[in-house]
Amino acid sequence: MAQNDNSTRRKLPGSLETNRLLDKWLAIHRDGTVSMHPGKVEIGQGILTSLRQIVAEELDVSLDRVRLIAANTANGPDEGMTSGSRSVEESGIAFRYAAAEVRDLLLTRAGMRLGVSLEQLSVDDGVVSARSGGSVSYWDLADELELKREATGDAKPKPHTQHKIVGTAASRVDIPRKVLGAPSYVQDIDIIGMLHGRIVRPPSEGAQLIALDVNETKDMPGVAAVVHDGSFIGVVAEREEQAIRAARRLARAAQWKETAALPEFDPRYLLKREAKSEVVSEKSATVPDGGKTLEAEYTRPYIAHASLAPSCAIARFDDGKYTIATHSQGIFPLRGELSTVLGVAPENIVLTHAEGAGCYGHNAADDVALDAALLARAVPGRDVRVQWMREDEFAWEPYGSAMMAKTRATLGTDGNIVSFALDVWSHGHSSRPSGRNGVNLLAAWYLEKPQPRAPTGNPPLPGGGSHRNAIPIYEFPNQRITNHLVPKPPLRASALRGLGSQCNVFAIESFMDELAQMAGADPVEFRLRHLKDARATAVIEKVAKMAGWKTATKSDGTRGRGIGFARYKNAAGYMAMIAEVELAESVRVLRVWSAVDVGQAINPDGVINQIEGGIIQTVSWVLKEQVRYDRERVTTRTWDDYPILTFAEVPAVEVALINRPELPPVGAGEGTQGPVTAAIANAIYNAAGVRLRDLPFTRERLIAAMV
Amino acid sequence: MTHHIVVNGKPHEVTADEETPLLYVLRNECGLKGARYGCGLGMCGACTVIIDGKAVQSCDVTVAAVSGKQVTTIEGIGTEDWPHPLQRAFITEQAAQCGYCSSGIIMTAKALLDAKPSANDSEIRAALEKNLCRCGTHQRILRAIHRAVKEMGV
Repeated sequence: MAQNDNSTRRKLPGSLETNRLLDKWLAIHRDGTVSMHPGKVEIGQGILTSLRQIVAEELDVSLDRVRLIAANTANGPDEGMTSGSRSVEESGIAFRYAAAEVRDLLLTRAGMRLGVSLEQLSVDDGVVSARSGGSVSYWDLADELELKREATGDAKPKPHTQHKIVGTAASRVDIPRKVLGAPSYVQDIDIIGMLHGRIVRPPSEGAQLIALDVNETKDMPGVAAVVHDGSFIGVVAEREEQAIRAARRLARAAQWKETAALPEFDPRYLLKREAKSEVVSEKSATVPDGGKTLEAEYTRPYIAHASLAPSCAIARFDDGKYTIATHSQGIFPLRGELSTVLGVAPENIVLTHAEGAGCYGHNAADDVALDAALLARAVPGRDVRVQWMREDEFAWEPYGSAMMAKTRATLGTDGNIVSFALDVWSHGHSSRPSGRNGVNLLAAWYLEKPQPRAPTGNPPLPGGGSHRNAIPIYEFPNQRITNHLVPKPPLRASALRGLGSQCNVFAIESFMDELAQMAGADPVEFRLRHLKDARATAVIEKVAKMAGWKTATKSDGTRGRGIGFARYKNAAGYMAMIAEVELAESVRVLRVWSAVDVGQAINPDGVINQIEGGIIQTVSWVLKEQVRYDRERVTTRTWDDYPILTFAEVPAVEVALINRPELPPVGAGEGTQGPVTAAIANAIYNAAGVRLRDLPFTRERLIAAMV
Repeated sequence: MTHHIVVNGKPHEVTADEETPLLYVLRNECGLKGARYGCGLGMCGACTVIIDGKAVQSCDVTVAAVSGKQVTTIEGIGTEDWPHPLQRAFITEQAAQCGYCSSGIIMTAKALLDAKPSANDSEIRAALEKNLCRCGTHQRILRAIHRAVKEMGV
């Protein structure tokens, strides 16, 4: 097909496609440093360290020359969200090509200076030398290098066989500061004259403010402003403890009208609601007669992100412009929605990213940025730091949706699965700010002039949201997978690590064990015989070997082992897990073995750290976690209401990385959740012959299943 | 009112209501950001400091209550050039993901090891009962503390 080169823009790799100027990404400085400007942000996953390795590798400079600039909306690239384990794929690839191109440009300049051709040049830590003698450094060339130019995508990154920095376990750039206690987080920002704000949230989501007396609060020591806009109320004070006290007083002075709008506690309420149903996969080979059919259902409750640090932002309002420090995962989408709510043009809002604690998805980071801006508007020219109280973080963050999956399968006379069906019911798994169809910032819904709430939906397949990993990776001749999206979550819901994959893989992988049992087959062998993907087979065989898996191991009634496997999003990392449990008064997970293939590991230790963390966090979800509510309110408010795994309870974890440097890198932050969940369920069955299908696997549920 | 407190061996004169939690005084008056707010209820350990040798949640003790006592924060136990063996071990073991819990955990571990230099695994885990880590970095943290035990014993 003929192409018009003038009108067709070339497709560039990763986020270069949408941020095409090289100077958005990199700068070379006379002082012997390179600065890099990622649009993706650190959320405890070590991404900045990996991106830095890529830049140092492609430019042929040592790691310590590369400086990271915090993501900001003023001059950084717009990389959308840092989510979905896509940072290496999007930002990593962009930096790889941008840095390779900048290296080419530098070498061209160096060749001209030295009067030799490119082939005569070599680079060592930024010093370009000609074979015939003579050298010039990047730093000498810095001033004549013009990077305000569009990337061509023509530069060839190094082949993996030449990598010296990528693929090594480079130390994280951020860890020394953190363990020394140096200021490291948005929560630690301190500006002379900074005020402190706190918000008084309604007692429940549907509550309306019907009366408020602000007078007592206004007269309290240190109070600089009381903000009252519709049902949004907050205080600003000179000192943090004064703001907290004033907020408590203000809370006592507020009267709310509440409604009993919440459903029953069992996730099966989802079945009673109207849903939008969609068949997302169908294979229709004829099912032979004579098979045996099995059915089961699985649920998970609402799960909280429960970041260790309640969300925080610092905002300032000056001459109609806002400056905000935020730990948002998407500063550009956030800016768009802030612009709508605050009624100022996007260019009059500058957002700079500063790290928060690990977020594991969409927590209150965006919400508190609006809170801070609304309070800052009341005290122009002053910086206002707002941090949510722990109780508010638990009650108001958007949770991972409650879910339910029903499975049905038929085993042929040969013991293989001849048909498989899965139906999943869930609310949407994303209500991140996007600027589409309304606003997804909490305070915006409570203002005198409220903004319409944007609907909670799903990212589309192949990644998907509630249907993420609902389509089995196994080869079934007849298959029907149906997604039942239940709109309007009664509790606020959005992206939690893994989205719907935890429940779907829990269902599929528990059910695979139930079917293996019916077929009289070993669970590992049963999986392998339904798989054609060599990388899938490799991780399963590897983990079985690590754990010393033996067919038909009989349990002593208290200890058991189980396996779980998935390829995240059916397109990213392969994760196979074996859990060992001990059943006493409650379920105890003793050990988890895992084999993981995420393609090329940019930083193997970083990948392993993410996998270990994913495993341990999932053990916590599985054994302990559920957001509690009654018909009016969320009742989960403190760590006492929402216990998580403690040091005394964490299992031993062993991770084997199958590194494939010849394949594209994919993320490792997610993908463990489903396999770990199923592995624990299967291990409990192996230990005691009881099948737990409702999360979490609490002591009460274990006892109920045993009797 | 004015309080005389001693933090990391240095006297500080701070003004705050007497019921103000020590945490806010450390962070906002003394400029020491290493103790961090996580829950305000003494349940998560992110704000742990050492007071007269004991690990204490600084959100759960008032500034008035520490008058005349020795308060040690994470900033007082090591520097970039001379990190405490625990801090060094956390770096060596890459024992952090987001790191928000790190300083509280290091302070709890320090109080334990000061009292019991050869603490074993179950003693370490028991001491950390009130320190939460949400990222799931526990095993690395335990490895780091064991490494510090060994190094400090040499």
